[in-house]
Amino acid sequence: MVSRIDTLALRYKVIRQFKQLLLMGREYPRGYRYFRDNLHAGFKKNAGLTDVKEIEQKLKFAEHIEREIAALYSLRKYRAMKQRYYDGDQ
Amino acid sequence: MWSSKNSVHVFGSPTSSRPTTCQLFRPPLQQQYVVITILAMPPRLNIVVPIKRVIDFAIKPRINQTKNVIETNGVKFSLNPFCEIAVEEAVRLRESSKDLVESITLVSAGSAKIQDTLRAGLALGADKATLIDIPAIDDSRSLELEPLAVAKLLKAFVEKSNANLVIMGKQAIDDDSNQTGQMLAGLLNWSQATNASKVTVDEASGVVTVAREIDGGTETLSAPLPLVITTDLRLNTPRYTKLQDIMKAKKKKTEKITPEDLGVDITPRLEIVSLSEPAKRTGGGKVDSVDALIGKLKGAGAI
Repeated sequence: MVSRIDTLALRYKVIRQFKQLLLMGREYPRGYRYFRDNLHAGFKKNAGLTDVKEIEQKLKFAEHIEREIAALYSLRKYRAMKQRYYDGDQ
Repeated sequence: MWSSKNSVHVFGSPTSSRPTTCQLFRPPLQQQYVVITILAMPPRLNIVVPIKRVIDFAIKPRINQTKNVIETNGVKFSLNPFCEIAVEEAVRLRESSKDLVESITLVSAGSAKIQDTLRAGLALGADKATLIDIPAIDDSRSLELEPLAVAKLLKAFVEKSNANLVIMGKQAIDDDSNQTGQMLAGLLNWSQATNASKVTVDEASGVVTVAREIDGGTETLSAPLPLVITTDLRLNTPRYTKLQDIMKAKKKKTEKITPEDLGVDITPRLEIVSLSEPAKRTGGGKVDSVDALIGKLKGAGAI
């Protein structure tokens, strides 16, 4: 039996993950609206879950998405800088 | 040397009933000497990271033809990518070794709008920030704050704060001067290592080893502190800031000072004569056969 504190902590984690992804969506190439709509849909789809293990699995997936987006952004920036300042070097 | 003239009467010490005589400058026979050991302390880095707020790298700057300035209305600004790398490097130095870094201070010069950029830098992991308030230099007039003026402001600031390491971006993506770091090192009379692609600090000796990206390869320099380092693209990949760090950054201190406080004259010495966009790229053409290609190349004077 999962205690109420555990479920609260999990709920807090989920909300925080959502907010983090929402923050990252501001720079998304296909636009903030597109990103936000998809984010809402994704989280809403799993809103009814009650099993802790399942929730943690989904949370891990959300973290994975967060890392992927961060990688996308930093790669985009790196490539742009490299093209502007370093291509043309030997 | 120990004449009686140096004697002083002391009436009644705690442990005796008779008045005792102390002789000044004469150590008692059973003095216990206190041994003071000076421990060799590893140098602690006080890092200053100057940063710049620039038009976001993903945006193509446009020129406002009527005013002959860069169009900055409604344009997204952000932290200069090379400056981001500098802040990240300072934070990594702190994370690499406990007690190595004492403080990381950000500094930036311009209008009050740069507060947002300073906060972004604080969210990356810096401790505190200083805003050198120059209200006249708003976004559209940022080119009027020249590298030499910035270097002078930074020199005064660095000397005021007891910094021993400056890490900064090698250039800003808006003016591409690649001068401020070098000028700052010259004004401070510190060693400099520009275009750094790797920075290592030897904690025992306080010697910093820097690998520099130069034409044709990598050059490795080492110098003792104090030192100015400017960052190259390949130094590190900055982390993406977390929401919690952005919240924490709001509580970190930002102080405001003026060029007058630093005693620096920032009057521009250069005049911007004109601004123009680069020539539009003309489209290419397709050819059907090798002969046609040769014909076109001959026509263009290439062969």
